[in-house]
Amino acid sequence: MLDWWLPENVSTYGRDIDWLFHLIYAITGVTLVLVSVALVAFLIVYRDRPGRRARYTHGNSTLEIVWTVVPALILVILTFLSAPAWSKIKMSQPPSDFVVEVTAKQFNWQVKHPKSDKVFLDEMHVPVNKVVLVDLKSQDVIHSFFVPQFRIKQDAVPGRTIRAWFEVTKPGKYEWPCAELCGFGHSGMRGWVYVHTAEEYQKWAAENLTAEAKPAAADEKPAADAAKPSGSGKPAAKPADTKTGGKAKQ
Amino acid sequence: MTAHAAAHATHGTHEHHDMGFLRTYVFSTDHKTIGRQFLVLGLLMMILGGLLALVVRWQLAWPETPIPGMSPFLPSTGGVLEPGQYNMAFTMHATIMIFFVIMPILAGGFGNYLIPLMIGARDMAFPVLNMLSFWVAVVSGVIMLSGFWVEGGHAAAGWTSYAPLSAVPSYTGVNWGQNLWCISLFILGISSMMGSINYITTIINMRAPGMTLFRMPLVIWSLFITAILLLLALPVLTSAVAMLLFDRTLGTSWFNPSGGGEPLLWQHLFWYFGHPEVYILILPAMGIASEILPVFSRKPVFGYHAMAFSMIAIAFLSWIVYGHHMFVSGMSPALGMAFTVTTMIIAVPSAIKTFNWLGTLWGGRITFPVPMLNALAFVSMFVIGGLSGIFMASTPVDIYIQDTYFIVAHIHYVVFGGSIFGAFAAIYYWFPKMFGRMMNPMLGHIHFWLTFVFFNLTFFPMHIIGVGGQMRRIYNPMQYEFLQHQQHWNVFITFAAIGLGFSQILFAINFVSSLLSGKKAPMNPWNANTLEWQAPSPPPHLNWGEKLPTVYRGPYEYSDPDAKDDFLPQTQPPLHGAGVRRRH
Repeated sequence: MLDWWLPENVSTYGRDIDWLFHLIYAITGVTLVLVSVALVAFLIVYRDRPGRRARYTHGNSTLEIVWTVVPALILVILTFLSAPAWSKIKMSQPPSDFVVEVTAKQFNWQVKHPKSDKVFLDEMHVPVNKVVLVDLKSQDVIHSFFVPQFRIKQDAVPGRTIRAWFEVTKPGKYEWPCAELCGFGHSGMRGWVYVHTAEEYQKWAAENLTAEAKPAAADEKPAADAAKPSGSGKPAAKPADTKTGGKAKQ
Repeated sequence: MTAHAAAHATHGTHEHHDMGFLRTYVFSTDHKTIGRQFLVLGLLMMILGGLLALVVRWQLAWPETPIPGMSPFLPSTGGVLEPGQYNMAFTMHATIMIFFVIMPILAGGFGNYLIPLMIGARDMAFPVLNMLSFWVAVVSGVIMLSGFWVEGGHAAAGWTSYAPLSAVPSYTGVNWGQNLWCISLFILGISSMMGSINYITTIINMRAPGMTLFRMPLVIWSLFITAILLLLALPVLTSAVAMLLFDRTLGTSWFNPSGGGEPLLWQHLFWYFGHPEVYILILPAMGIASEILPVFSRKPVFGYHAMAFSMIAIAFLSWIVYGHHMFVSGMSPALGMAFTVTTMIIAVPSAIKTFNWLGTLWGGRITFPVPMLNALAFVSMFVIGGLSGIFMASTPVDIYIQDTYFIVAHIHYVVFGGSIFGAFAAIYYWFPKMFGRMMNPMLGHIHFWLTFVFFNLTFFPMHIIGVGGQMRRIYNPMQYEFLQHQQHWNVFITFAAIGLGFSQILFAINFVSSLLSGKKAPMNPWNANTLEWQAPSPPPHLNWGEKLPTVYRGPYEYSDPDAKDDFLPQTQPPLHGAGVRRRH
């Protein structure tokens, strides 16, 4: 039932995550039904009726052992099943020449694509079926890189560079929210990840990543975007003032 | 024996009068008065915590529309919540509910009230320290509340207050609010330390003759273990908030990388406290359920030793699972794997407890008064909260559901479905002892069923929107295209939450009217075995007559075939001479 609400998965390791999700969903679902049925059945069968006395027992060691060992075994198996996907996502990142540098700030994603120093705000362009490495930084507070359809979430921590990766299997435009509370403008801090076919990406890169092409477009967005989440009234502090953590960016 | 106790009761009342109003009701050193004071403190703060939750829910269902009744508090916007104020509302909702509602009611209120009575002591080991513990908690509460009136508003960095968002005022625009948050929790840490030392000392040293450790009621075991966790966990938070305050006011840089600090240090300290804290909130409720289920099943608790040892196991393991809050924080992935293993293991003792509760019901003679209904709700809701935790223990799945409403659903099934239902069960069960009057069972039934239904309607759909990807702590879900198709759930949840809030009015009416004009409570209205029911309702000052009670057996001897009645109080001498049925 729950999986009806999972957003479509479009990343390679997303399949592993969804498979584990469904497995745990099945195990916990069956457990919940069994325990609830037993609970309700006991309440009905053993309700107070005239002339009956409760059973005088203090427990049963065999049962104790069974219901200690069985859950323990299931959980150990789950641990072993979780390990490969975790290792794939976190510990053995595939090599790639496509490295995107993302520096989060209140309340934007600043993106540098490979072979270019141009900073894009709240938009990232990547080719499909290609391992994309992300060097994730923050210049003020902790943010979190989250693209629901990619099944990726990684905090951006000021003072360090964290490398994350994903590989998308379907071209499209995907919403890219911040998932960690980062201040009054946290809600509405989001960008878009554009996944192109290889040829389209080449074309886009040729048009946009060379130094002279459309330099102004991206740089004007921050003020507009920062004001957006506040809706009504003035924000208590302006994002531009928050330079204290700036040293984090090397 | 009864006549003896009654004689002493009048004597006790007499002593009360001698001490004057202030010493009897305000600066009392009587553990029973202090327990009731903590209970009232927690219930009053629950009103504020609940209203803050409704403010948050209103904003999520109907973003940026005026909240009914809020225009006097938000004059500049006519009742519309701004993003900073929204962050403040959920930050303070969690802070108040955790530190000023659940901890004062369960650990503070019932810990104080029950420990001396149920182990057969006259009072706590350190009565003056006990009184200080309460009044220091009040000072802490006043400081926390004062934060609502300072310029820049109250703390708005989440109850977790992740640095550097919380460490640098300009990041949130909150200045003294966050400072007062730190100061208040620092002081509360001192209060908690005074309380926990008292509980531990009392339980170790002041048990009545015959009250061996394994004849103690399970609720005392749970409070004992909770006190040990409090003693070891709270000082870590106390130190961490002091460091945070120094970062904010003195320019130290514990957590701020621009001065050489480390943001993850805060998370390590916070969750090293924070995960035991979750068990501090739930263990007393587990003990309460273990106390109430046998009484209303008329059966010994199933697997007493397994119950006690599983709580001890939880207490040990709770120190080495905290890293599961930090799987996507940038912490070493190898460490993440280690924390997965420990987190999976800590699910086992919880499973053992659940099966033993079921075993207690099996073959019983079950009746359904209000305390029992709440205890059963605790068991069934704790099962859901426990099972949803397994999703987070699996690191790859946690990558996706971390920081979504799935987590919000999980924590509320544990602390509302678990701790609050446990608290309601305890209040309905011990109210006759604490206040000498019975609560109204009709109002109690209606309150229970409304709360149970609205609770599930409120929190179960949060699993769904969480799986759909809705992040926690966002001001307006409609700002995101991928969340718009499930906005109807947010509206649904808010309606249910309003229903849940209104249902609590019945509880307040029941509590106050029973206090003033409830039916007089007999000494042992539930035919229970434990010691507190062998004292008058309410017990006199110093609890017992001239002689302390003597304990002959474990606390759950119900329906013993050799006994005439279906219960055998712990104080009743052995049936046919010594050595018969030497259980526990």
